[in-house]
Amino acid sequence: MKLPTFWGGTHPPQKKEFTADKKIEQYLPLGDLVFPMAQNLGAPCKPVVKKGDAVLAGQKLGDTEAFVSAPVLSSVSGTVKEIGLKLTSSGILEESVVVENDGRYELDPSWQPLPDYEQIDPKEYVKRIRDAGIVGFGGATFPTAVKLSPPPDKAIKWVLVNAVECEPYLTCDDRLMREDPEKIVGGLRLMLRLFPDAKGVIAIENNKPEAIEIMQKTAAPYADRISVQPLAVKYPQGAEKMVIEAVTKQEYPVTALPADVGCIVLNTRTTHQIWQAIAEGKPVLTRIITVTGEAVAEPKNLEMPLGTSVRELVDFCGGFKEQPVKILSGGPMMGVTIKSIDIPVVKSTSGILALTAKTACMAAETPCIRCGRCVEACPVGLQPQLMNAFALLRDYAAFEENFGMNCIECGSCSYVCPAHRFLTPSFRDGKQTIMAMRRKAATK
Amino acid sequence: MERLLAVSSSPHIHAAQDTRAVMGWVLIALAPAGAAGVYFLGLRALAVMAVCVVFSVLAEYVWQKGMKQQSTSGDLSAAVTGLLLAYNLPPTIPFWMAAVGSLFAIIVVKQFFGGIGFNIVNPALAGRAMMLTSWPVAMTTWTIDGVSGATPLALIKGGSAELPALCDVFIGNIGGCIGETSAIALLIGFAILLAKKIVSWHIPVVYVATVAALSAVLGRPAGPVYEIFCGGLMLGAIFMATDYTTSPMTRKGQVLFALGCGLLTTLIRTFGGYPEGVSYSILIMNLTVPLIDKLLRPRVFGEVKKHG
Repeated sequence: MKLPTFWGGTHPPQKKEFTADKKIEQYLPLGDLVFPMAQNLGAPCKPVVKKGDAVLAGQKLGDTEAFVSAPVLSSVSGTVKEIGLKLTSSGILEESVVVENDGRYELDPSWQPLPDYEQIDPKEYVKRIRDAGIVGFGGATFPTAVKLSPPPDKAIKWVLVNAVECEPYLTCDDRLMREDPEKIVGGLRLMLRLFPDAKGVIAIENNKPEAIEIMQKTAAPYADRISVQPLAVKYPQGAEKMVIEAVTKQEYPVTALPADVGCIVLNTRTTHQIWQAIAEGKPVLTRIITVTGEAVAEPKNLEMPLGTSVRELVDFCGGFKEQPVKILSGGPMMGVTIKSIDIPVVKSTSGILALTAKTACMAAETPCIRCGRCVEACPVGLQPQLMNAFALLRDYAAFEENFGMNCIECGSCSYVCPAHRFLTPSFRDGKQTIMAMRRKAATK
Repeated sequence: MERLLAVSSSPHIHAAQDTRAVMGWVLIALAPAGAAGVYFLGLRALAVMAVCVVFSVLAEYVWQKGMKQQSTSGDLSAAVTGLLLAYNLPPTIPFWMAAVGSLFAIIVVKQFFGGIGFNIVNPALAGRAMMLTSWPVAMTTWTIDGVSGATPLALIKGGSAELPALCDVFIGNIGGCIGETSAIALLIGFAILLAKKIVSWHIPVVYVATVAALSAVLGRPAGPVYEIFCGGLMLGAIFMATDYTTSPMTRKGQVLFALGCGLLTTLIRTFGGYPEGVSYSILIMNLTVPLIDKLLRPRVFGEVKKHG
C-alpha cells in the first residue's frame, strides 16, 4: 500500500538510531534557572515578579495583555535572584527572570485539575491552556489558546496530532508516544470535545512502527472519532501544510490558515501537555528534548525543567567526545545554531544537536548549474534558483512575484543543491526584509 | 573548553552529491561510448579526446586566471565539455582544429556568458557547429578500418538502398563521430546516469520517441527503429539535451523541450540540407529554454487556477 504524502521533498539520512531506543530520562537541574520573557511567537511577556520574591513551580514570572501570547511560568520553587539580560538560543541578550532553585519543586497549590473536565463547557479548556503557558512545541511556539480560537465561521473538521517528527536525529516525540500514549490520546479527546464536528487523526511517519502500533492500540476504544494515520517517510512531512495535504488531501493559499480548510494541527507534546494541564493540573513546567549528534558522548532523550542550562544537559550526556563545529537548537534541517551552550532550555527548544566537522555542511557556495533539483524538492512548488537570484539582487518585487513569501523555509532546496547555494538563508532574508518593509509602510 | 562555534542559517546538513561529483558521474557514464569509439575507430579517437579535454580544461583555467576569477576547473565541467566535443568529431579531425573548437566552446560559448550555469547554448554543440561551418570537409570525412565511407544518415539522404545492418548500427561498427557510433554503449551510460539520479528519463525518452514516431509518420525509408540508433541521436538525447544549464528546470518543461528537439531533428533529417539534425535542433531548443521555464513553472502549493 502506498502511504499518503505530499509532492516534492527529499530524504536526508535519519540518524534517529542514536536515541530511538533510549527512554526519556528525568533531569533535575543543579544551577539557577533562566526564563527569557520572549518564549512564544507573538508578544513577549513582561516580568510580574521582583528580585527577592519567593516563587513556586507553576507561578507566573511574566505575562502580557496581548492576545497572541502565553505566560512564562516558573518551573521550580525558589527565589527570584535576578531580572536582567541573558543570552538565549536566538543569539541575543533577552530580558529574563533568573530563579534560584530550592530543590523542593513545590507546585503552586492553585494548580488543580479542572473539575469535571469531561463534562464542563470545553470553552474553559482554552482559558486553562493559556494560563498553563502552552505553545506549539513543534518549534514555532505559536500560542495554543489562540490556535484553538478560530473565527466562529470556520467549521473545524479535523484535529490533527502532528506526530510526524520528520527532522533527522530527533526522537523525543517518538519516545513520548511509546512511553505515555494515553495522555496524547486524552489530550486529543479533550480537543474533540472543543470541536464536536471534527475527526481526530494522529499522523505518524512510517519510520516509527512501535509508536504507530502503540498509538493504534491506545486510540482503539475511541475509533469512532480517532484514527492513526501512518505517512510516507519523506522530509518535510511534518510541515503543517504537508501534513494537512497528506491527511486531508487539501491545499490552501499562502494567505490562508489551516482553520480555513477545517484543520487544527497540534504537536505531539502540545497535545500531551493539554491533557496534563486540564486533567492533572500540571502547567508547562518541563520540556522533553533529544540531546544528540555525532559529537555527543552519550546521546539521550531528556525531560528537564524549563530554564535548565544547556551546558548541564551536555555534561549529563557525557560531554563532547569530539569537537563540535555547530551546535543547534532543533534538528539539522530547520534548527538554529547557538553561539554558546550557556543558554537556557526554552519552550522552542526541541533538541540539542552537536554536529562534527564531518556532518555539518560548511561548504562554500559555487555557481548554480540549473540542475533543477531544488524545483523537484520544493514541497510548495517554488523555483528556488530564481528566487535566490532575485533575493541576491535585492529585487524584492521580483522575489515576491515569484512566490518568495510562500517559502516555508524547510531547507529541502539547500539540502539537495549540488552547488551548495545558500538558498533557504537567502529566502529567509528576503522574507524578513519584505515583512520589515510592509511594517514600515503600515506605520507611515 | 570549547572553541568558537560556527553560526549559520539552516539547513545544516547536505546531500553528498556536489557539482564535481555530478560531473564526475557524467564522465563515467561517457566512458563506455568513448571505449566503443576507440575500439571501432582506432587509437586516433583517443588522441582527439585527449586534445579536446586538455584544451578545454586549460582554456577555462587560463581564462579565469586572466580575468582574476575564482577557478572552477576543479568542478570537472570543462572536462565534460571537452569530452562531449570530441565525441562529436570524426576521429580523423586535425588536432589543431579540435584544439580551436575546444577554445571556442569554453571561452566564447561558456565564459563570455558568465561561466558554468550561465551559458545559453550547449558549449560542446556550439563548438561543433562552429567547426562544421569553418571546416566542412574535415568535419564530414568518415573512415572505418582505413576506408572512407558515408554515415548511414548520409546514405539515407543520398537515397542509397545499401545501408549498414541494424546490428552494426546498434553496436557501433559504422562510420561516424567518435562518441556517437555505438548506441548500446550510450545506453549503458544512460543507465548509469539514471541510477545515480544525475538525469531523469524525461528528455532522452521523449526526444527519441518523438523522432521514432515522426520518422514513421513521415515514412522515412529506413524505418523508425533504424532512425533512432543511427547518427548522433542517442548521444544528443542522453548527454547533450540533458545538459542542466541549457535545458528547462521542470519536468513539464523538459518534456516540451524534448518534443521540440525531436521534431526539429526529424525535420532537418528529412527536409534539411544536412543528413543529421541533432546538433542544430538542440542548439535551437536551447534558446527557447528561458521561455519554456517562464511558461511551465511548477504549480505553487494552494494555488488556484486563475481565469482570464
